[in-house]
Amino acid sequence: MTNLDLIGSRVELRAVAEMRQAVRARRAWRTVGVLISVLVVAVWAALALAAPVVAPFGYDDQRVDESLQPPSARHLFGTDNLGRDVFTRVVYGGRVTLLIGVGVVLVGSVVGMMIGTISGYLGGAVDEAIMRSTEVIMAFPSIILAMAIAVALGPGIVHAAMAMVLVWWPGYARLARGEVLSIRHLEYVDAAVAIGQLPWRILVREILPNVRSSIIVLATVDLGSAIVTAAGLSFLGLGAVPPTPEWGAMVNMGRELPAAWWIAGFPGLAIFSTVLAFNFLGDAVRDVLDPRHHT
Amino acid sequence: MLRYIVRRLALSVPTLLGITFVTFLISHALPADMAIANLGDHAAQDPQLVAAFREKWGLDRPLPIQYLVYLGHLVRGDLGTSITTEQPVGVELALSLPATVELATASMILAIIVGGLLGVVAGVRSDSPIDVVIRTVMAAGVALPTFWFAILLLFVFYFGLGWAPPPGQLDPGLAPGRPITGMYAVDSLLERNWPVFWNALAHLVLPAIVLATIGVGFIGRITRATVLDVLRTDYVRTARAKGLAERRVVWRHVVRNALIPVITVIGLLYAQLMAGTVLTESIFSWPGLGRYAYSSAGNLDFPAVMGVALVVGIFYVAINLAVDVLYAYINPRIRYD
Repeated sequence: MTNLDLIGSRVELRAVAEMRQAVRARRAWRTVGVLISVLVVAVWAALALAAPVVAPFGYDDQRVDESLQPPSARHLFGTDNLGRDVFTRVVYGGRVTLLIGVGVVLVGSVVGMMIGTISGYLGGAVDEAIMRSTEVIMAFPSIILAMAIAVALGPGIVHAAMAMVLVWWPGYARLARGEVLSIRHLEYVDAAVAIGQLPWRILVREILPNVRSSIIVLATVDLGSAIVTAAGLSFLGLGAVPPTPEWGAMVNMGRELPAAWWIAGFPGLAIFSTVLAFNFLGDAVRDVLDPRHHT
Repeated sequence: MLRYIVRRLALSVPTLLGITFVTFLISHALPADMAIANLGDHAAQDPQLVAAFREKWGLDRPLPIQYLVYLGHLVRGDLGTSITTEQPVGVELALSLPATVELATASMILAIIVGGLLGVVAGVRSDSPIDVVIRTVMAAGVALPTFWFAILLLFVFYFGLGWAPPPGQLDPGLAPGRPITGMYAVDSLLERNWPVFWNALAHLVLPAIVLATIGVGFIGRITRATVLDVLRTDYVRTARAKGLAERRVVWRHVVRNALIPVITVIGLLYAQLMAGTVLTESIFSWPGLGRYAYSSAGNLDFPAVMGVALVVGIFYVAINLAVDVLYAYINPRIRYD
């Protein structure tokens, strides 16, 4: 080995060592982020689940003599203009906001996956019709369409969630269809056809399991935006109706009261932290489950 | 190229038809009662008034006929009459569209500059502490609920510090002047009406920042990813090998190439901005499409809602077409035929 080769290999070794270090640093940051995110989601979810136990007051207990109090030991997040405890309402509000967000993604992804899988498997005119309708729905900004549907159905939590599902499924349908198209002519599917398996059995046994993982990835990435949209609809008065506590609706209540910043401040912080945590977890899940995607 | 444009235009017709059909289905097939919404509970008790209302707006005819009538008007450029204001929807949309375009464009420019810069810095210094900080900021920007951020900004900069003007497009005492484009800041600039120009610009700052936060994270992430890709290319290695200063490598070779994919997402970004305008405009009393959509949806004013949806749909199709054409023009490796 000449001297020059020796120098070359040393440089290479150093480069490799540096790269390893960078990867290790990136993994460390990611782990810290994931841990914090899990903690944030867990805290909000636990508070929401245990609301009746954790909350110091009733969510509609109006104590007029205690209205508009800033945060204190008695009222952790202060009180609103009706004298209701903001912490109590944030804790109960998580039930509504998180339930709509998670519920919409759950129903939307399952419905979308089924429609998309059938569309891709059948092909032909059915496929064409379904794909064209997804395109039309996706040509709208989701909140404008959800808003129109929610208005037509009338305000309410269930209606807002229904409106969102109607807007949410096409993304999943298109993803599932693409996956089906890429696997439906693989040998193991042909083999299942050859041994005389029934079509629905092939769908359930051979195709759905392969579609599932990319759907799960999209669903985790999607949770944050579903929660923001749900809160946004309630903010516009199309979701939860008073006195039901909901994070978006609570922000709306506080918007005219700049001196009592805590009324809008804390529920907004709840939305922000939850969405941030879900987005982070979504990215992490995608990195693990979807090796094709690199950031 | 011309053939490509013509084909894309032809393909957009079914999409636009589909958009009118979806809005029509929502406003007519769902159980909302427009008569109650517009007459009020009291008048809705009177069957004669309700019948007269339904006849006046053609609601007593079969659904397919109602849809065909709507389309027939549409082809002639008539978007119908708003039920709440009794004004032609086309006129009202034309009045509110410039305000939205002004706001959306301002925030898009802001988002491209800030997001692009952050993305380049994060990409060039990838895995350094500054990269981690920038990525955290961008993630926060994406997760920030626009309506909450808007309210916080108003609390701090209008109510608290008094630096920002009150919500609205212009101070009450000022007249916007002769409409040329309908965008206050642009019109006053064209007419060299400086007091109005500075005032309009001041009113634009906060809502534009709010809307831009959506785009900063979006553009920043894409820019960072493409910068990382470009840094690995042969021509960057060549540029370094021939001894160019790192600064020159970054600006001449990396940034210029990394910004090309950003152009393709502008269409997508515009979509997100349009969605953001509903909340932002209603908080900042910005008299644009978003606020119009919200207020007419609240009144179940279906011609108005359909008009908004249609205009937004046309916008989408047009912007996506423009972006694809622009992309082909900028990147000579792409040829459509």
